[in-house]
Amino acid sequence: MHIEIDEISRLFGATAALHPVSLSVPSGALVALLGPSGSGKTTLLRILGGLEFPSSGRVLFDGQDATGLSVQERRAGFVFQSYALFRHMTVSENIAYGLKARPRATRPNPAEISRRVARLLDLIQLPDIGARYPAQLSGGQRQRVALARALAIEPRMLLLDEPFGALDAKVRKELRQGLRDIHDNTGLTTVFVTHDQEEAMELADLVVVMSMGRIEQIGRPQDIRARPATPFVRSFITA
Amino acid sequence: MSDIPAFHHRSPTTEAPALQWALTGIAVLGLALLVLAPLVAVFAEALADGAGAALRSLANPDARAAIRLTLTIAAISVPLNAVFGIAAAWFITRFDFRGKALLITLIDLPFSVSPVVAGLCIVLMFGSNSLVGGWLVAQGAPVVFALPGIVLATLFVTFPFVARELIPVMIEQGRSEEEAALTLGASGWRVFRTVTLPNIRWALMYGVLLCNARAMGEFGAVAVVSGKIRGQTATMPITIEMLYQEYLSVAAFSLAVVLALLALVTLLLKAGLERRHADQLAATHRP
Repeated sequence: MHIEIDEISRLFGATAALHPVSLSVPSGALVALLGPSGSGKTTLLRILGGLEFPSSGRVLFDGQDATGLSVQERRAGFVFQSYALFRHMTVSENIAYGLKARPRATRPNPAEISRRVARLLDLIQLPDIGARYPAQLSGGQRQRVALARALAIEPRMLLLDEPFGALDAKVRKELRQGLRDIHDNTGLTTVFVTHDQEEAMELADLVVVMSMGRIEQIGRPQDIRARPATPFVRSFITA
Repeated sequence: MSDIPAFHHRSPTTEAPALQWALTGIAVLGLALLVLAPLVAVFAEALADGAGAALRSLANPDARAAIRLTLTIAAISVPLNAVFGIAAAWFITRFDFRGKALLITLIDLPFSVSPVVAGLCIVLMFGSNSLVGGWLVAQGAPVVFALPGIVLATLFVTFPFVARELIPVMIEQGRSEEEAALTLGASGWRVFRTVTLPNIRWALMYGVLLCNARAMGEFGAVAVVSGKIRGQTATMPITIEMLYQEYLSVAAFSLAVVLALLALVTLLLKAGLERRHADQLAATHRP
């Protein structure tokens, strides 16, 4: 799905978390929003997911105005920073949550739901953990379960907030490839937020460098490396 | 290294055995003197003339009316305050607004105001000399010296318990699980039912238990608004006090035993629930 961000701004009281920013995400792209904390990248991601609303501007999904769509109507698969797994539910129940929440007419029957949960557990290469609780998983496993839960709703796009932030360096490297594979297999338009320039450069097709609520540069990793547009970008990517 | 005796290896946070024993002893002694001994004394006094006398005093219509009234009050005010408490905690922890600190202070107000003062406020507002109270009496629905007044007083006094238990838990848990449920397509009500409520249920249960204990035990505020009409508006604590003043100590202490047992039942209920859900509690606790 093609995502168009048209002059979106967001004010919190008197301070601007986002100055009007525009961005076009081509269908099927894997895009990184890269910047230090306070740069507005998470706010932008939450606006895409419908968890926050812009003070001005529009969001277009495949050319249709989606600015007023509720979070449920957006059908965005959202992976939260600390994964936000439902701690009182097993892994299977977590993954099935979105399917069970559907209105009766479109809800799959229980057998179909458990079939889909099993398929998603296979996809994240953790077929045997369905009966466990989130507290009994490692950080890397939790991240993959969160991904499976987001994919279960057959989302129109994937939005990930610092998906590797809570992991140690080795697991981080493995899961990067995991996300890349899932993206390539599903073809979902994917936007992820990170403060780690190496992660953004290695993983994304398109990197959006942000600072202080503004977009500093949009480009392919190699172009940003070769030709940083502003002193901020230069210092941030070499840091 | 092997020449260092093993018993000298003590973790820096572990106290000397003597001190451990002393501290445990003080705690047990305090518990025995302040909690256990009075409880035993109440039972002993109730049974001073034998179990028959105690049971006969409980069969008295006034005593039975008091038990019924106290249970009625708890049955009305505890669910209401559970709902109010959840709503208040939800509102305070999930939204940012001006005057939040003031609202939290207001919720605590019943803890800092003497229950007697609270009772007097209700009499002032709803007494037959007031505008509202006069009208209500004319409609045949008096508040003061009747059940509604007692319920109001109980609601006021027990208001903070549920909200106070929930607010820290809900702050600690944050919004992200609820937000995750929303992104998965769940409606607001479904999120509350399937995510919020299960996450706060233990805190909610503690709050409800405390609220219930206080609702059944409240004396000061209820004494002011009830008028202490025997067999009609005298709750268990008030009846106990009246009986005691009349030197009917067996009757007074028998009723006191029932009140204490009602509290024990709720505690046992709590312990039972915790035991039944022990696995789940362990599994879902944050690492």
